[in-house]
Amino acid sequence: MTINIDQANQKAIDAFMDARPVVVGVAKAKDVIPGMHDKLFLHAGPPVTWARMAGPVRGAMIGAMILEGLAKTAEEAEKRLASGEIEFAPCHQYDSTGPMAGVMSPSMMVYIVENITTGYKAFSGLNEGRGKVLRMGAYSEEVLNRMQWLNTVLGPAVDTALKEMGGIDLRTLLAKALHMGDDGHNRLDAASLLYTNLLAPYIAKNAKDPSVSFEVIKFLGENALSILNPVMAGCKTMTMAGHNIEGSTIVTTMARNGTDWGIRVSGLGDQWFTAPSPIVKALYFAGFTEKDANPDIGDSVITETAGIGGFAMATAPALVTFIGGTPRDAINTTLDMYQITFGEHKHFTIPFLDFRGTPTGVDLRKVVETNMTPRVNTGVAHKDPGVGQVGAGVVSAPMKVFEDALVAFAEKYGI
Amino acid sequence: MAVIKSEIRSGIYYDSAVLMQLQRSMSQLEGVQDAGVVMGTEENKEILAHIDLVNSEVNAAKPDDMVIVIRAENEAAALSAIEKVDELLTRKRSNVDQDYRPKSLEGAADMLPDASWVLISVAGRFAAGVARKALELGKHVFLFSDNVSVEDEISLKKTAAEKGLLVMGPDCGTAMISGIGLGFANKIRKGPIGVVAAAGTGLQQVTTRIHQLGSGITHGIGTGGRDLKDPVGAATFLMALDVLARDPETKVITLVSKPPAPQVAEKVIRKARQINKPVVINFIARKPTSRQEGNLWFATGMDDAAALSVQLAQNPPELKSTNQFPVEKFAKGQRYFRGLFSGGTLAYEAQFLLEGYIGRVWANAPINKENKLKDSLKSEENCIVDLGEDEFTVGRLHPMMDNEMRIRRLLEESRDPEVAVIMLDVVIGFGSHPDPASELAPAIVKAKQEAENAGRYLEVVVVATGTDEDPQNLDSQVAQLRAAGAWVSSSNEEVVNYAGSILRSINQPAEETFVFKPVDLETLSRKLEAINVGLESFAENLLAQETPTVHVDWRPPAGGNEKLANILERMKKFS
Repeated sequence: MTINIDQANQKAIDAFMDARPVVVGVAKAKDVIPGMHDKLFLHAGPPVTWARMAGPVRGAMIGAMILEGLAKTAEEAEKRLASGEIEFAPCHQYDSTGPMAGVMSPSMMVYIVENITTGYKAFSGLNEGRGKVLRMGAYSEEVLNRMQWLNTVLGPAVDTALKEMGGIDLRTLLAKALHMGDDGHNRLDAASLLYTNLLAPYIAKNAKDPSVSFEVIKFLGENALSILNPVMAGCKTMTMAGHNIEGSTIVTTMARNGTDWGIRVSGLGDQWFTAPSPIVKALYFAGFTEKDANPDIGDSVITETAGIGGFAMATAPALVTFIGGTPRDAINTTLDMYQITFGEHKHFTIPFLDFRGTPTGVDLRKVVETNMTPRVNTGVAHKDPGVGQVGAGVVSAPMKVFEDALVAFAEKYGI
Repeated sequence: MAVIKSEIRSGIYYDSAVLMQLQRSMSQLEGVQDAGVVMGTEENKEILAHIDLVNSEVNAAKPDDMVIVIRAENEAAALSAIEKVDELLTRKRSNVDQDYRPKSLEGAADMLPDASWVLISVAGRFAAGVARKALELGKHVFLFSDNVSVEDEISLKKTAAEKGLLVMGPDCGTAMISGIGLGFANKIRKGPIGVVAAAGTGLQQVTTRIHQLGSGITHGIGTGGRDLKDPVGAATFLMALDVLARDPETKVITLVSKPPAPQVAEKVIRKARQINKPVVINFIARKPTSRQEGNLWFATGMDDAAALSVQLAQNPPELKSTNQFPVEKFAKGQRYFRGLFSGGTLAYEAQFLLEGYIGRVWANAPINKENKLKDSLKSEENCIVDLGEDEFTVGRLHPMMDNEMRIRRLLEESRDPEVAVIMLDVVIGFGSHPDPASELAPAIVKAKQEAENAGRYLEVVVVATGTDEDPQNLDSQVAQLRAAGAWVSSSNEEVVNYAGSILRSINQPAEETFVFKPVDLETLSRKLEAINVGLESFAENLLAQETPTVHVDWRPPAGGNEKLANILERMKKFS
């Protein structure tokens, strides 16, 4: 059978855009993620062994061991993690996405996001806010206490609220947030406020104790990244809708584990193409420099894969200060991305560009042809376990993963 | 001894990214060792303490305060850094209106959808690929790049012909479309002359002369020097000629070329002949045999071509319809010319002119010895016999006085089934036969009748040399000859041109017709918008001519990796 790449790609991005992710609830990972078990810890990016695992991922794994009650101290946790008793796997292979280190362990609470067009569900943890956080590799007592609080207080409160209100439609919410200065990845101030605004009445209504609703709503409202995790899971449901389409060169997964950068392609099944993860061009928090930075990390680039984030930077000009640029640079970034994507989004639009749809569906062919890779807005974690975030900036994906995938595509389809 | 200075600002909101930016700028100032710009949260103060950026003022800051703290080599450096805060916060980093440069032709086409032209000046080995993409996008191509293979040129022009697009080049240095110069070009006034040139500087020379003579051009279309060579076969030239023929603004068409391949030049001239406009031709090294032929004017050089064009534009000649030749009347196999002359000079001129139409002409008194008729009594192929030559006049009257031998030869030639046209001269005046037409006319009638009886058509053409005051009276001679069915003129050149045209028409090889979709004239006449790939100066020149232009920040496909570029090329068949 001969393939028609353009038709296959159109089918893929139509599926991206027709997906309608709705945040439906919060539950324990092992209760809802298919295949999750007591000794399975998920992480961001492509597969990686303990030996090659980046500092922030190790740090988060250590924190998760202690949270799960599998270790009392960091040393003990490290020993047991190195022993092989815990199975490591990419979130992406378990319908999940995790920001930064992306570590998800069995008893952590996760958001459930359902694409109501197809019924497919994706999962992502509860966001901890900025600074010293587990996802950046920190595992101090304060960090673990916050995780406990998320699991026992915030998670159930949000779940009850979501159930009562019948879920939150992320596609609509994101479309609105893009018109409020968000890019949908690094800048989610508007989306997080919209999200909190929707949840707050139901949290307040259902909380047994006003101090709980006060704490939960305050935490959600103050955290400009509250909605990041559900957005990522939502984007995952979009790109998975376009995955496994015979003959399609659309990239359906982009992810990094802090060691490697990886992609998967719609027409190439579940095969990963990887290359060493690059260092992010970033602005650093006081006291940190590029020497402290871990290479690019996290599953949050699923937002760019779905057509927002760095690709929608023209809607979020305030973000360019991260790269020391001008609003014009933000617009140019989006214009550049049009040249490596197959289509333009039906629902996510950019007011400044006359409401043109965001660049959607990274096309392997165009990336290789123009020799220009996707640009991603991202946070930067400290390279050592236990420290946390040190900055934020912009990074371009490594060319090699796209080149390798193109060669594999040509081989698979006899081109 | 390092000095720490700080400033606390209350009630001010700056995005944290702005603060980080400021911090970076401040730490780069002279004499500054380290800088911290943060909101005064406990967490931030802890970090500042850790890197020795703290004093009592910083310690007292509240979470809503903006903390600026500097550690510098001395007090002066620290204070001057703090003074720079506002300046740094408001500094503009670069020109916001800087135009976006797309990385691909598609990106550029999205930005400028009405652009009908793509200028390509990238390295030769990439040029054909870019040109192909431009054609796929439905754009005309100005291909400045050289070192493009003939195979690529042929295939590009084939695609262009299918799509009704022009490929000017490769190695096309100049073009002027609707008053806008592409590549190397001059500022030429708009006017009634359309130019097609397989010659860059040729186009410049001719158009600048036209301008200097007070006239101007509609379009100057370059084709690239190889267009009039054999394998390419004038693909662009013919399409350009066709579009100018249809352009109501173009009153005169001027064709210029470096030395073309002769058979390709003829192909272009055949096409030009079908146009109902004056066409001025200057193909270098192609020797024209006449100054004018129907709608065609042959110039002796570029200067002459310019002058002729301007003249013809100012005084439009009346053009006869070119399809009056009785070509279809001839029977199959009729293809030769026979000239039976009494006058030597008339015969020589006929030989010379006729060769321009039909090539070799045999003669008993040839211009070139190689063309000497073996036997003057026996005609061969196309031939001209001067019956006034000594060989015929020994013991006999000169044919200007005695028609007998010519009449015999006329009837003889008319019986040859390969003969289509017979030319005679009738020279009157003192000393000549008192009424030659009275003898020749019946012979012409007979000859034509015999041919008709044999299922053929015979064209007899006559040049009549004399005046109305001659004893024989030219008008009466002409009238008799015409009554006999002859085509008569008093201009030798006109008769030969007429005969030559007929012969060329009936001998025309069944031509492989070059089929193309006509170029949409509107794409040339509307306001020019262009995409430029390659030399940036070409884009700058267009912008200087107030032409909307997008310059592509072009890079070799797949970064120059041939293996990947080949895969991409093959993938096109799967989409």
